[in-house]
Amino acid sequence: MVKPIKSYRNTFVILFVTLVVFTFINISLGSIYIPLKQIFLSFLDGQVDKESWKSIVLNYRLPKAITAIIVGSGLSISGLLMQTLFRNPLAGPFVLGISSGASLGVAILILGASFLGANITAYAFTNWGQAIAASIGAFLVLSAVMLAAVKVRNTMSILIIGLMFGSLTAAVISVLAYFSSANQLQQYLFWSFGSLGNLSWKEIIALSITFFIGIALVIFIIKPLNSLLLGENYAKSLGVNVRRTRNLTLISTSLLTGVITAFSGPIAFIGLAVPHLTKLLFSTSNHKILLPAVAISGSIIMLICDSIAQLPNSEYTLPINAITSLFGAPIIIWLLVRKRKINY
Amino acid sequence: MKDTKQHIIKTTNLNIGYAHKKAIKTIASNLNIELEKGKLVCLLGKNGIGKSTLLRTLTKVQPALEGEVYINNENLNQLNNLDLSKSLSLVLTERLPESNLSVFELVALGRQPYTNWVGNLSEKDLTIIDEALSQTNIEHLVNARYYELSDGQLQKVLIARALAQNTDIIILDEPTAHLDIHHTIETFTLLKKLAKEFNKTIIVSTHEINLALQLSDELWLMTASNFIAGKTENLIENDQLNQLFDSDLIQFNKTLKQFTIKNSQ
Repeated sequence: MVKPIKSYRNTFVILFVTLVVFTFINISLGSIYIPLKQIFLSFLDGQVDKESWKSIVLNYRLPKAITAIIVGSGLSISGLLMQTLFRNPLAGPFVLGISSGASLGVAILILGASFLGANITAYAFTNWGQAIAASIGAFLVLSAVMLAAVKVRNTMSILIIGLMFGSLTAAVISVLAYFSSANQLQQYLFWSFGSLGNLSWKEIIALSITFFIGIALVIFIIKPLNSLLLGENYAKSLGVNVRRTRNLTLISTSLLTGVITAFSGPIAFIGLAVPHLTKLLFSTSNHKILLPAVAISGSIIMLICDSIAQLPNSEYTLPINAITSLFGAPIIIWLLVRKRKINY
Repeated sequence: MKDTKQHIIKTTNLNIGYAHKKAIKTIASNLNIELEKGKLVCLLGKNGIGKSTLLRTLTKVQPALEGEVYINNENLNQLNNLDLSKSLSLVLTERLPESNLSVFELVALGRQPYTNWVGNLSEKDLTIIDEALSQTNIEHLVNARYYELSDGQLQKVLIARALAQNTDIIILDEPTAHLDIHHTIETFTLLKKLAKEFNKTIIVSTHEINLALQLSDELWLMTASNFIAGKTENLIENDQLNQLFDSDLIQFNKTLKQFTIKNSQ
């Protein structure tokens, strides 16, 4: 009997170890040098030489590493879902306007707060207000794109519609920006740079809860997603409820991307690039393997990008959004040139 | 009348076509089909006559305008997608979307109606997949990516996927459209074998009239005004094939059992 089902256990073990290693590297790097031993001691509640070190590790670096893991895996999973749903390797949360929707939500909240009245202004500068606004914006724009997707079956047209929604929201944002104060503009600009730090434990808990709800939904569509690899007609003939699958994909993607974008800003590229990188490592199309693989790879890449953005031992931090593209784009170009063909 | 229990597919006064907001476009009306199990049926007709519409209606892809379709004595409208997927499988003409699927993964997807919520394959599933691969002679391709295959190989893989779905009925929409004569004949003999040896009911829409005449048990002829279903030899005997093409160019030759060019006298 043929046994063509490959076990990817070894690859998973290696990936997981890599994830743990990079988590520690990420925590040990920062503007202040803290010896590795002291970092372990802070975790183990041991006697740390300087009290401030312990505080930095536990209240700043650890939350940031956790955020990086959630952001990296969440965006990568969203990218994979979009690529399967639209059967297009170019799809990703950014291309389809989810991120621009989130940006619009936050822009309306921060920049448009003065138009909307004093009640909202109070929330405009809190992470919570931004999170909710971004989630609503992401969900609305993605729904609009999906509605269009029902009408037009051509996937290329859907992508173009997604891009159009992107430029539409960008236009609205520039109009809002034109009428805004410098203070508001700065606030919005900082949000759009992307940042993994600045999240309190409470916010991380909120982020994690939404993340796990999104992931829980995804787990239930692993099987229909696999059949969608054959196209909608075959999926239907296999007993799949295509509409329900599409809606669940839509909801989980907008939950994941929306809440991540809300707390950490629009982080480019991860959602598009990581699924492709992962598929080179795991030559399967089975989402049961791809989903965890994409999640771990996304976390690792996000941790690496964050470590670079920190500019270790200097007091500067680069915008994470720039780093992901700066390193992601050349990798994808190199892979395409080398492999000549990318499958998704 | 015969006992209806023997009919795997039955339609009563079926009208097929498209209902738009304002106008209803009827493609064919009053179709009464009674099909027994284990037959190879070829659906013949000119381009654009409505073969695909009929197949789409029988497979619940689009609703019937009027009339009923019964699959295994059950009304199609009362079957949900999952029930239907256990009695009817498809091989479509559309191109597969790009993916990394291997031949094994693709055939294994045929087991989806039977696997658990996450799609794990049981020993039984693996056995059935193995059988499907051997029935179609593609065991040597299991590890290949589907995009590496030739059209002929891909068609066999798609048929294997339908076999893995383990349904009484397999419906194929122009399965040999892109194939050379060798692979066309290979595909048709495979379908004939599946019908005869494994008691599958196979409905094929095709333009390979000569092969259809040689291999099929029954023919469904679609013309602009008429739908004729019957045993292949009877249709040949009764000269009913001449209605298929309302044309000055060709005619059916009963003794040769094939269409020939009309002599312009």
